[in-house]
Amino acid sequence: MRGRGGVMFTYDVLVSPFAEFEFMRRALVGVCALALGAAPVGVLLTLRRMSLMGDAMAHAILPGAAVGYLVSGLSLFAMTTGGLIAGFVVALTAGALARATELKEDASLAALFLVSLALGVVIVSARGNSVDLLHFLFGNVLALDNETLVLIAVVATVSLLTLALIWRPLVLESVDAGFLRSVSRSGGPAHICFLALVALNLVGGFQALGTLLAVGIMILPAVISRFWSRDLTTMTVSSAVTGIVSGYGGLLLSFHAGLPAGPAVILFAAAVYCASVLFGPCGGLLRGLVSRRHLEA
Amino acid sequence: MRRGLPALVVAAVVVLAAISAAQAQAAGNSDKLNVVASFSILRDWVAIVGGDRVEVSALVGPGGDAHVYTPPPRDAKFVGAARLIVVNGLGFEGWMDRLVQASATRAPVIVASAGVVPLPPPYPPPQAGEGRVGGRFWNAAAGIDPHAWQSVRNAEIYVSNIRDGLMRADPQGRGTYEANAAAYMQELARLDADIRRAVATIPPARRKVITTHDAFGYFAADYGIAFVAAQGVSTETEASARDIARIIRAIREQAIPALFFENAVDPRLIRRIAAETGVRIGGTLFSDALTAPPGPAATYVDMMRHNIREIADALK
Repeated sequence: MRGRGGVMFTYDVLVSPFAEFEFMRRALVGVCALALGAAPVGVLLTLRRMSLMGDAMAHAILPGAAVGYLVSGLSLFAMTTGGLIAGFVVALTAGALARATELKEDASLAALFLVSLALGVVIVSARGNSVDLLHFLFGNVLALDNETLVLIAVVATVSLLTLALIWRPLVLESVDAGFLRSVSRSGGPAHICFLALVALNLVGGFQALGTLLAVGIMILPAVISRFWSRDLTTMTVSSAVTGIVSGYGGLLLSFHAGLPAGPAVILFAAAVYCASVLFGPCGGLLRGLVSRRHLEA
Repeated sequence: MRRGLPALVVAAVVVLAAISAAQAQAAGNSDKLNVVASFSILRDWVAIVGGDRVEVSALVGPGGDAHVYTPPPRDAKFVGAARLIVVNGLGFEGWMDRLVQASATRAPVIVASAGVVPLPPPYPPPQAGEGRVGGRFWNAAAGIDPHAWQSVRNAEIYVSNIRDGLMRADPQGRGTYEANAAAYMQELARLDADIRRAVATIPPARRKVITTHDAFGYFAADYGIAFVAAQGVSTETEASARDIARIIRAIREQAIPALFFENAVDPRLIRRIAAETGVRIGGTLFSDALTAPPGPAATYVDMMRHNIREIADALK
């Protein structure tokens, strides 16, 4: 009897929100697809010491989305296209500048995304409706329509397929750029392809989570997975799983505790992050303490 | 030369007379009773009842939000220059008392809602004082819903208060004010009858909407349409999954046929709720302010007709 009550309780808490409400199912599908596409990109970003680049790119996308919004309101197609163009321009320019000038890529990117962000704010305030601006800075994972779901799924598919093609040069370049340069010229194109993928995933994510939080589902799972494994494949798989679990947990948090959904997803991932920092077997704090004592003994 | 002088004098006299007549005309214009109303709906009524005899301006113009208005210094000048001040009362314009004091005016203040039977607010005030939480206005001291004009019966009380105030401030215009008010009362009576007729065309079981508007308490009480509050969804905060689930459940359980959300609520969210429940998305309702003249609610009567049309269409 008691066991059955427990089962019912578990069902009510964990499953019934999704069984009862279509918007919850759509949100779950959306965050799963996002996590699948974005997590491997995030892992590569951390591997290449470009974790902050996601943030910079998210800001860079704003003017494009703003132009799209000015042209046709809160339209999925216009805002996505605009965001993609702005993201590509900034990513490609930064990548090209890094290879053509003395400046490192992060410096070029920092300069470009600031220009882009300032432009974006100017463009949005030209129309002067701060409420709409909030909608697209924060997105709404609870209001995913068919078009948006298809967009997110396409983004995930394209990004996984492309990654499969350029995985080897990307990883080689991250680990030993000199070696890759000596055996192949694929480093440059692969890198630019990769930057485009970052932009693509962020544009997909900002429909659901908004420009600011889309970065979270890309970077946080990747950083978390680093505490649990040093093997790239394991990290990639576990970061996708962490992203999906965070999406599921965050939606439940939003449903039961009444938190806004987007931030709830990221906060759930943040909680996993804290646990990983403490208990992660690869470089976690506790592990560090234990092994130091081991050395002293 | 000598003969020319009288002619010149006559001409000068004629010109001077014409000028002073024109001046008298101009003085007559500025002799109009200068009235300041706190917001656009009151302005509409003062202009109708006062006709040519009054010059009326609203501090919170069309489309403005009188709940959270912060009067700029020039408003004190307007109020100071006014010979009559018209406010809603019922705790609607908390800023108005301070403004009247600050302007040191001696003009009489008419509380247009005097005599209205107040309703409690559709939501409990969260704390003492007044303010706005989650898009909902509250005034704990008043403890009442200030949007009394949403009932046409109350509008008749407002108009008679305004008429009486104008007659006291400008006794010579008594006849004009009485005639204008009487004619407008007939229009209000027609409006009231039309609204009741429109409601009668809606099947009783369908006379309910879910809404983020908080201003339709008096309308609901008078015309028998239930306004279920969409809790948690507002123009200022992001809705959680729990809030949306509650709204969807409420719509399903109470079989609510239509929703009326304020424009600033995320349109994607509204479409999702509609897709999930089959609820019809209603058009724009106007509650606290009129629209600028070409808009659909440029006068009080237009506003009420627009609202009932939208509601009846959505519930049909």
